[in-house]
Amino acid sequence: MSNDEKRPHERNEKQFSRRDFLKTTGVATGGILAGSLLGGVVTHFGDSGLKDQEPNGEGGTNETPESQKGNLTDARVFFNRKSDFSTLAAAAERIFPEDDLGPGAISLGVPYFIDKQCHSWWGFNGKNYTDGPHDFEKTPEFGIQEKLNRGQIFKLGLEKMNEIANDEFDGNFWEIDSKDQDEILKKFESNDDDVKMNGVRADVFFSLLRDTTIWGVYADPAYGGNRDMEGWKMIEFPGPRMGWANIIQEEEFHKEAPQSLRTYQGGKM
Amino acid sequence: MAKKLDKVDVVVVGMGWAGGIVSAEMAKAGKKVVGLEKGDHIKREDYIGVKDELRFDNQFQIMQELKKDTVTSRNEIDETALPIRTRKKMQIGANLGGASVHWAGASYRYWPYEFEIRSKTIEKYGKDKIPEDMNLQDWGLTYDEMEPYYEKWEYTAGISGEQDPNAPKRNKPWPNPPLLESPSLRLFKDACKELGHKPFQIAAGNMSENYENPDGEKLNACMYCSYCTRHGCDFDAKSDPLATVIPTAMRHDNFELRTRANVRRVIYDKDSKKATGVLYVDENTGQEYEQPAEVVVLAAFAFTNNRLLMLSDIGEQYDPKTRKGIIGRNFNGQYNNAFAGVRGFFDNKKFNLYAGAGAMGAAITDFAADNFDHTDLDFLGGGAIELRQYGFAAIKSSGNIKSGTPNWGAEYKKESLNYAHRMLQIWYTNNTFSYWHNYVDLDPTYKDEYGDPLLRVTYKFGSGSKEIMEFGVEKCREIMEKMGADHIEEDSIPEEFDHEFSGGHYTGGVVMGEDPETSAVNNYLQMWDVDNLFVVGGSAFPQFGGHHPTPTIGALSYRAAEGVEKYLKDKKPLAKAKKTTKA
Repeated sequence: MSNDEKRPHERNEKQFSRRDFLKTTGVATGGILAGSLLGGVVTHFGDSGLKDQEPNGEGGTNETPESQKGNLTDARVFFNRKSDFSTLAAAAERIFPEDDLGPGAISLGVPYFIDKQCHSWWGFNGKNYTDGPHDFEKTPEFGIQEKLNRGQIFKLGLEKMNEIANDEFDGNFWEIDSKDQDEILKKFESNDDDVKMNGVRADVFFSLLRDTTIWGVYADPAYGGNRDMEGWKMIEFPGPRMGWANIIQEEEFHKEAPQSLRTYQGGKM
Repeated sequence: MAKKLDKVDVVVVGMGWAGGIVSAEMAKAGKKVVGLEKGDHIKREDYIGVKDELRFDNQFQIMQELKKDTVTSRNEIDETALPIRTRKKMQIGANLGGASVHWAGASYRYWPYEFEIRSKTIEKYGKDKIPEDMNLQDWGLTYDEMEPYYEKWEYTAGISGEQDPNAPKRNKPWPNPPLLESPSLRLFKDACKELGHKPFQIAAGNMSENYENPDGEKLNACMYCSYCTRHGCDFDAKSDPLATVIPTAMRHDNFELRTRANVRRVIYDKDSKKATGVLYVDENTGQEYEQPAEVVVLAAFAFTNNRLLMLSDIGEQYDPKTRKGIIGRNFNGQYNNAFAGVRGFFDNKKFNLYAGAGAMGAAITDFAADNFDHTDLDFLGGGAIELRQYGFAAIKSSGNIKSGTPNWGAEYKKESLNYAHRMLQIWYTNNTFSYWHNYVDLDPTYKDEYGDPLLRVTYKFGSGSKEIMEFGVEKCREIMEKMGADHIEEDSIPEEFDHEFSGGHYTGGVVMGEDPETSAVNNYLQMWDVDNLFVVGGSAFPQFGGHHPTPTIGALSYRAAEGVEKYLKDKKPLAKAKKTTKA
């Protein structure tokens, strides 16, 4: 994380350098705006997916450039800082990694799923009881007690994760070794003293991150994750159907290619 | 300033099974009835085409929003309670039809022993068998008296079942044959038989066949689609008030439904000891209304029934320090010492667990109620042992990992994908009892959106709470071993109640009985103190039976409806008080 992205009150401030700033924002490598964003995406996601967003450099025709095809919903609508989102993507990928069993969180669209969830009533705790007094240290015993809403917890926790990555492994969370990423995640999972935050316990943040990642893997693709139903294919879940009266008594496991809610509701308008 | 409306015969607060039944019966009897429901006017078509695990199972779309109203919770009577803030921790019904819209459908009657549990325990084991901390009470009516009301509810709901070999012989057969049997149910039943138990198919509020109930309401046969518990039914195949008693009530011009009508007070006249009506807010406009009525029926969830009495200053609040007072006393429910059992992982067998229905399952009642000898046991009562095939979608199935497996990362991914369709669970639906230290009252700190105090739950385990659970886990293990699971994991015995309200089965506080010293309502659910106020629903349970509560709530609601009609005719108390339960 570059220094300009840190809040003034944070400890261990690092020396700001122009080179760091340019590297992080991508200003030096591409166009002023689009270049910075696309550079970021490509860097963060590596080979795991979303390649269709790379610019093709062509222009001046009526054809839609490749960069504007595919999932146009793959844009941040909640997380302002790219660093938070990149940390989120890298952490989600460690929680549900790509391997020979199938895709991981990033290519399933989980980071964008979480971004959209944070932007919803759920992220803003719209249906929670929110009156004080609050005591976030009591959460494990009494369930969520934070004053912060889920979206705010995500931002605080992700920022902290990247701070730890920089402090202890000398790199941004999304750039350090997966082994080191796991070590940081485990510190949060166990509410280690090193990762204490003000307002939310680290293990509460971790559970939120973990559970939301799994939702993004397996929720209906309507929400932006479980891309192409690849999550369902892996877990052999057929999706919403009229019913299973025909196979409910069958002894053998019955496997069917999945169908999504869109199909169940009769297809696109 | 509240607008005063024209007086009606009966005003009903809350439109789930309890309120729906009372409304339908009173409408049929020609009474002028107004039904008030604080939630939305949900219709059955609201649940067509929305089979979505995230929306309903993880984000709880049809559960009560807690923004405006929740409960606070603590274990000890001198502790500060904290509010339950999220629906992950607290799932109670909302909207027209109430909790019954999202229920699973498991339909058991309680046992003859359970209705007279105090008398029968003393008779068989002696008075010393009852632990000192337990407020063990008879219900004030017997199973034989309940039987016709159970039957009436079962026929209204169209329950699909078969005779439990241990249960009393039914007067009439179940209205529908049992649901189909899947391999997981067969495996459970075969194992139970080998052990000498008597398994049967769980009676279900999911229709095994197309059905028309005695009121002429039609339901369709269940498709085993699995989007059932926590969901509304896509096919009109799950029995609920939206499919039965509410349309029955609405067929009558003398019934009027008002939704988004949030009742804040029962209007009570201390001099005449009568409830004169209710005060409610129209949640669309904020306008307050006073609805006068000859009879007021509180038919909301147990939390709300208790809280409305407390906010309206009706009856004496229970105080655990003096052990005096009635309202809020004997609060109980199936908290985290119920539904414990074992999980079995099968390395060489996959089940079609994505298919199912809410109450599809098999059970034994050999360890329910007093169906087994308790002489050498350190607890009373029991429950069913069940295997259910609700139908599990992907997020839920991804949690099927053995303990010791990390719950994230590559190993998690491998293990969860492997066991997604290979894990079966069985559990014990045991009784939970009432203890002097468990009760509800108004919270001193936390308020609702109108500034009224939230309800405060004070609950901890008492004598036998853990022992009954340990017993159940052991019995479940024996069955799972016979079923041939390769790995068996026991649910751990919790140290204490964990402030988890996600099971939905919370009852008591306005309990029924025949002694006003220990009960708030008589066996028609009419308040001892206030003749024209009936408090109907789970709030009347003196302790929690060894099965799911809905059929008993349904049966008691029919009983209460009969009581309301009698009261409207005679304007008298419907039962004589007896001094029976006091030690």
